[in-house]
Amino acid sequence: MAMEKVRVGILFSRLRLEEKLLFQAAQRRRDVELVPIDSRELILSLDERPPIDVLLDREISQSRALYALQLFEGSGVITINSFEATRIGGDKLLTSKVLHDAGVPTPAIKVAFTKESALAAIEELGYPVVLKPVDGSWGRLMAKIENRTAAEAILEHKAHLSSYYHSVFYIQEYIEKPDRDIRAYVIGDETVGAAYRVSNHWLTNAARGGWTVPCKVTPELNDLCVRAARAVGGQALAVDLMETPNGLTVHEVNCAMEFKASMAVIDAPIPDLLIDYCVRVAKERKKEEKKESVTYA
Amino acid sequence: MKRVECPECGSEVELPADVVENEILTCDTCGIELEVVSLNPLKVALAPEEEEDWGE
Repeated sequence: MAMEKVRVGILFSRLRLEEKLLFQAAQRRRDVELVPIDSRELILSLDERPPIDVLLDREISQSRALYALQLFEGSGVITINSFEATRIGGDKLLTSKVLHDAGVPTPAIKVAFTKESALAAIEELGYPVVLKPVDGSWGRLMAKIENRTAAEAILEHKAHLSSYYHSVFYIQEYIEKPDRDIRAYVIGDETVGAAYRVSNHWLTNAARGGWTVPCKVTPELNDLCVRAARAVGGQALAVDLMETPNGLTVHEVNCAMEFKASMAVIDAPIPDLLIDYCVRVAKERKKEEKKESVTYA
Repeated sequence: MKRVECPECGSEVELPADVVENEILTCDTCGIELEVVSLNPLKVALAPEEEEDWGE
């Protein structure tokens, strides 16, 4: 009897090195049928179940990812990550809230909805502060504000930016940290690898030219990252942390995680581990479905 | 080694041996990002530009 293959769908619209490596990792496995799903060609309806068992979300557009995940999930497909985790992970305020509620150390924040209240919130937190778009990524439109004059200027500019998101002022305390932060990768219940992202700039995103060096996954780091992942509800994500005088603090969680920059200094084969995880959860689901069908037969 | 002409600056772009359809490449001469829109025939186009909601 031919082995029943797990149909792993990978949602994408931009095939970067990460997606290419994931395709190759899936193609190496005899128990996997890879189903690449280019969101530029995807047409979804409310009553159709796409012919896949599990969907790995690698969509670079947050809005596309959210709608696709909701419909795939709604049709019974396992999605990694889930719509809810992707919604929370893609919103800095929601991420701060769930981390805080779960007792995961995260920088203090204040939120305001007008220039005037935002200025008051900044002054309450005290300079310097960091102003971030709630839905931003890659360090885009992030501003370190050192004084009142700068705050007034930046708030004025933001008030004129078109997207309504820019009138949600997400203000985060500025963390004095070494010239690096930590990017750690959680898959399932384990932090499988981490890297320091070093930069002379206060923003350490690889997209901004930081470089990576190895970072040991200590029990403390593993525990904190798994708790952060659980708080967001994600199963495969990247946790960004900073080293502070009071210990580690989680400042961001990323669901469609990039790992190209970190791979050179992390031993764990992230693409293979991701595909392996997708297969595992799909096989577990199939086992449960079989049990249920036997029970009701 | 497969090569293709950069639609932006006309110089030659080398393709990796294991190139796949939709893969994103960078022209080393002008730095533009390209997408392999088809392998057979081999065709590249300017890659879509970054959108406001792109990220990770």
